[in-house]
Amino acid sequence: MERRHLGLIALAALPVLVLGVFFVLPVTGMVRRGFVVDGSWDAGTVVRVLGRSEIHRAIWFTVWTSLTATAASVLLGLPAAYVLHRLAFPLRRLVRAALLVPFVLPTVVVGVAFRELLGEAGPLAGFHLDGTPVAILAGLVFFNVAVVIRSVGAAWEGLDARPAEAAAALGARPWTVFRTVTLPALRPSIVSAASVVFLFCATAFGVVLTLGGLRYNSVETEIYKLTTVLLDLPGAAALSILQLLVVVALLTLAGRLRAVPDPTQHRAVVRPRRPRRADLPQIVATLVLLALVAAPIATLLAGSLRVDGRWSLGNYRALQTPGSQQTLVAPATDALVTSLEIAVVATALALVLGLLVAAVVTGRSRSRPERRTRAVLDGLFMLPLGVSAVTLGFGLFITLDRPPLDFRDSPWLVPVAQALVALPLVVRTLVPVLAGIDDRQRQAAASLGAGALRTVLTVDVPVVWKPLLAAAGFAFAASLGEFGATSFLYRSDHPTLPVVIYRLIGHPGAMNYGMALAGSCVLALATAVVMLLVERLRVPSLGAF
Amino acid sequence: MRLRAPVTVLAAAALLTTGLSGCGGSDSGQGAGERPTKVVLLTHDSFALPKKLTQQFEKESGYQLVVRSNGDAGLLTNKLVLSADNPDGDVAFGVDNTFASRALDAGVFDSYTPHDLPAGVSAYDLPGDDGSHLTPVDQGNVCVNIDTTWFAEHHLTPPASLDDLTKPAYKNLFVTPGATTSSPGLAFLLATISKYGDGWQSYWKKLVANGAKVVDGWDQAYEVDFTQGGGKGKRPIVLSYDSSPAYTVSGGKTTTKALLDTCFRQVEYAGVLQGADNPDGAKELVDFLLSPAVQKALPTSMYVYPVAKGTALPKQWATFAVQPTKTWDVAPDDITKNREEWLQQWSDVISG
Amino acid sequence: MLSLKDVSVAYDGVPAVTDVTLDLADGQVLALLGPSGSGKSTLLRAVAGLEPAEGAISWDGRSLAHVPTHKRGFALMFQDGQLFAHLSVAANVAYPLKLRRAGRRSRAARASRVAELLDLVGLGGYGSRLPGTLSGGERQRVALARALAVDPRLLLLDEPLSALDAGLRERLGADLRRILTEAGTTALMVTHDQEEAFTVADRLAVMRAGRVVQEGDLAQVWQHPADPWTALFLGYARVLEGPAAAVVLQAAGLHVSDRPVVAVRRSALVVDPTGPLRGSVVSARATPDQVRLVVAVEGVGEVDAVSPSGVPGPGESVRLRVEPARAAVPGAAEPASNATAGPCGAERGD
Repeated sequence: MERRHLGLIALAALPVLVLGVFFVLPVTGMVRRGFVVDGSWDAGTVVRVLGRSEIHRAIWFTVWTSLTATAASVLLGLPAAYVLHRLAFPLRRLVRAALLVPFVLPTVVVGVAFRELLGEAGPLAGFHLDGTPVAILAGLVFFNVAVVIRSVGAAWEGLDARPAEAAAALGARPWTVFRTVTLPALRPSIVSAASVVFLFCATAFGVVLTLGGLRYNSVETEIYKLTTVLLDLPGAAALSILQLLVVVALLTLAGRLRAVPDPTQHRAVVRPRRPRRADLPQIVATLVLLALVAAPIATLLAGSLRVDGRWSLGNYRALQTPGSQQTLVAPATDALVTSLEIAVVATALALVLGLLVAAVVTGRSRSRPERRTRAVLDGLFMLPLGVSAVTLGFGLFITLDRPPLDFRDSPWLVPVAQALVALPLVVRTLVPVLAGIDDRQRQAAASLGAGALRTVLTVDVPVVWKPLLAAAGFAFAASLGEFGATSFLYRSDHPTLPVVIYRLIGHPGAMNYGMALAGSCVLALATAVVMLLVERLRVPSLGAF
Repeated sequence: MRLRAPVTVLAAAALLTTGLSGCGGSDSGQGAGERPTKVVLLTHDSFALPKKLTQQFEKESGYQLVVRSNGDAGLLTNKLVLSADNPDGDVAFGVDNTFASRALDAGVFDSYTPHDLPAGVSAYDLPGDDGSHLTPVDQGNVCVNIDTTWFAEHHLTPPASLDDLTKPAYKNLFVTPGATTSSPGLAFLLATISKYGDGWQSYWKKLVANGAKVVDGWDQAYEVDFTQGGGKGKRPIVLSYDSSPAYTVSGGKTTTKALLDTCFRQVEYAGVLQGADNPDGAKELVDFLLSPAVQKALPTSMYVYPVAKGTALPKQWATFAVQPTKTWDVAPDDITKNREEWLQQWSDVISG
Repeated sequence: MLSLKDVSVAYDGVPAVTDVTLDLADGQVLALLGPSGSGKSTLLRAVAGLEPAEGAISWDGRSLAHVPTHKRGFALMFQDGQLFAHLSVAANVAYPLKLRRAGRRSRAARASRVAELLDLVGLGGYGSRLPGTLSGGERQRVALARALAVDPRLLLLDEPLSALDAGLRERLGADLRRILTEAGTTALMVTHDQEEAFTVADRLAVMRAGRVVQEGDLAQVWQHPADPWTALFLGYARVLEGPAAAVVLQAAGLHVSDRPVVAVRRSALVVDPTGPLRGSVVSARATPDQVRLVVAVEGVGEVDAVSPSGVPGPGESVRLRVEPARAAVPGAAEPASNATAGPCGAERGD
């Protein structure tokens, strides 16, 4: 076997191993439980389940809401990506950090916040949006627009401005320049972001339940019902397979759409410039988006500052106690520390694996089979996003329970599960950037005597460290707010903050509701602070940025 | 140099895997004959006991208590069933009367009956099991609650029974969590099935036609939509627990009341798991859960009533929370047999 | 006609261009020559409308102050990286044609214009290629073709040849000159390379630290550099001052002022048995064009010189004369001599 292939295999070995043990194994375990009834394969139940009309309704609902929410996220996110990454104004970094906050908030709390706004007693009650698909769409966009803004923004930041300037000088109006020059250049990162957002929307569980009332069912809520309430594993298995097939189809499509004839991008040191009058429409669009995102958060904040109808910091103080009637095993502040620790580990894992995967996927292929292998690996690592957290959580529980793979007690289980969910985000952020590096630069470095490591340091790292920081931010936020898989796997003596919040809000008690809101605000604040720090990190010796 | 990199990566991968499984495998496979050092309790999210009590148990039994809690009673039961051949712990607490037969049918529990059962406990035994595998630990009721102050302000006679909820006078005033997504919701559905028998679907149709709002969880119904909840909603009739009035006390009086004619009893059980690593410790823990100290702590820690007769209740409970004398019940075997169908039909009525 | 009056541009309060006043008549090519950081690219971008500027920029008397870039009718050409990577060569060149609504050209008309332009720049038949597959020189030609596609009022060139190697630079420079003069296009070119400026432009403006230090015809600027710095930047090899300058000026037959300064090219001093200067050869090197010497001249010091024939050895004693056309007095208002030979007759590599 060629050296190249050995190198490819070596790089891919670790991520594939992790994915195999912590994803493929559990999911196939759950699916097998569904298909194997009393020791023999039985596809009859599967066919029966897929034939039910409410399943068809759920499938249709999932598809159209995910597509619409993705389109809305992209449409709203593009102007914001431009404003926040190409224009310079005070507090820009603060706004960028703040936009990651929705990612982190547990859905249960966001559901409460939205319903306080849209519900019968809320300020927006007149629109009668409570329990309608519009509310679900608003919730999905609220959570996912940050993905679009950050990924596309990161790519836009490094985009060479010269073709656009040349086009303007040739007579193209600003909108024409955007349509004919900028959009084609941004297409890879837009499609990447859109595919991640679609997957998030398609597996969204809490949002559909809390905001849609119980009238609407998505594939994910059906799987939840079948597994948790009815223990109908054949049905759940059938739906999980369906989910997987849809995800695979989508990833293939996205892969095709992402392909450009020449992914090489000229790295450009583009200074963000002062906003001009011509930028007004984008700025207005961004302000509208910010208002939409800030409204639920403001509701949460307001609710957390009220005790017995008066403004007070009592809820925050109470976070240091185990809650009314000792709802919690330990104070919420401990849970925050646990969350942060787990998030750091999960982020590190996601970054390491993500870098390896991105390196494998963007290597130049010399032959068709090689190219296909790389494309397959690319899609493979997106799968964890597209599979139900219920299936994954239960699967991990029932398959990793015997040596040599007895991870049930392992403290690694939760961080690894979170890392698997964050991994696609990291990969999708890094791949467009790495793919855009002109291979000739590497060849030049090599010809100048640079070894493999030096080449990586001088060619790849300067280009990739900023998107890497952006990816780290993503992974961290995703891990902090991850609740689906975590809720199945965590060990109760060290719960994470979202789990604690969930507990607080689910129990009566004078202070519990307020404390849940306060906990969410603390979680949001912690995220924003970490994001700001990450943005401030400059590694001057490594990059011209 | 090119070849060294792949080899290093592979070596690192191998180390990592063995390290991980080493971490994981350390707790399993204690040598035969070795005395176990801990007892693992599997339970749901609502489990909570004061630290003093757990420390007391650890001191008396000599075992370290490890609590693993996830999700609700349904999730707990399913986890137990799915891992019946290789249980994750020694004792399970929190399987309730709506899910118990599923667990028993799967052979999750070992047979064990505590020797000195406190008085009144056997009244709560699961029909069909009669205390041989499952031991009752606490009980509570899911009832419709109303906001008495709201009804007083609006000069409206408050409802008293399930039938009243379909009357036009109470249009658009009721909110309940759903049966497919919440345990109290399921309990309410079972109460209506118990009362109306085969006509339960038409009752629900009338409920929906009368503007009843169905949300996904208790937290949504109570905190967002209920007038006395944290979010100060607009609906004064909500599905909650018989103990809830003890938590809406202001100015020495409670502002809510439970409708005692609408209640469904929930009993939670504990049992020793089949194939546990530490069956002796498990038995001690089950006994411990029935001890007076624990039974007394149940209301304040877990918002449930004790099963041991004569246990003193907290003052607010004693004053404001009233338990029903008659409740609606459904046989556990019936529940197991028909649950899927009932939930399906219920979903259809709600979305229709 | 482009008019710039007291134009200033500042980045974040730091001035990049200060009080520049220039005029560019139709059909002429003006080169803005200056080292990196002199503000020339900034000035170009300000003319294009890409940077906000103070002062008056006007075309044919009408101010361009509120006219956005895409309405100015000026085409831009950079040194690299401006082709649309996702479009073919033909599509790139056709891009501005598609934008012009007026004169709705049919596809055939557009295609023939594209072919015409590609032939003009020497890339006939390259229409279906992708920019990524072209060499640097070919890409610049495509960029030129695209810029010329709509007969722009003004062509703005930002160091268009800098990214090319020397031989290519010459060829493309000459082609550029030919194309511009044949089409009568007005052009403003920015460069740091005086060779490039001399090849392509008619007029020259030298910029230093954001200001224009000298402006005029190529010949004029060349023969009368404004100060020693400009002289060196324009390619004069050395600037001599004081007694050394006096010696050289006298030998050249030029006027010697109280404080003599003279800028000399490498070929100013020529070995001539009848010459007035005496010196001894320090080193000699044969190049394809002529023999270059370093000579220690009495009263002057070490200077460069050339030998029209023969290679004198080191230490050899020689006599030299000074060609007055190849020396200039920086800052002189009057022509230093009546010599008509200018930079156009200069040898390569001086």
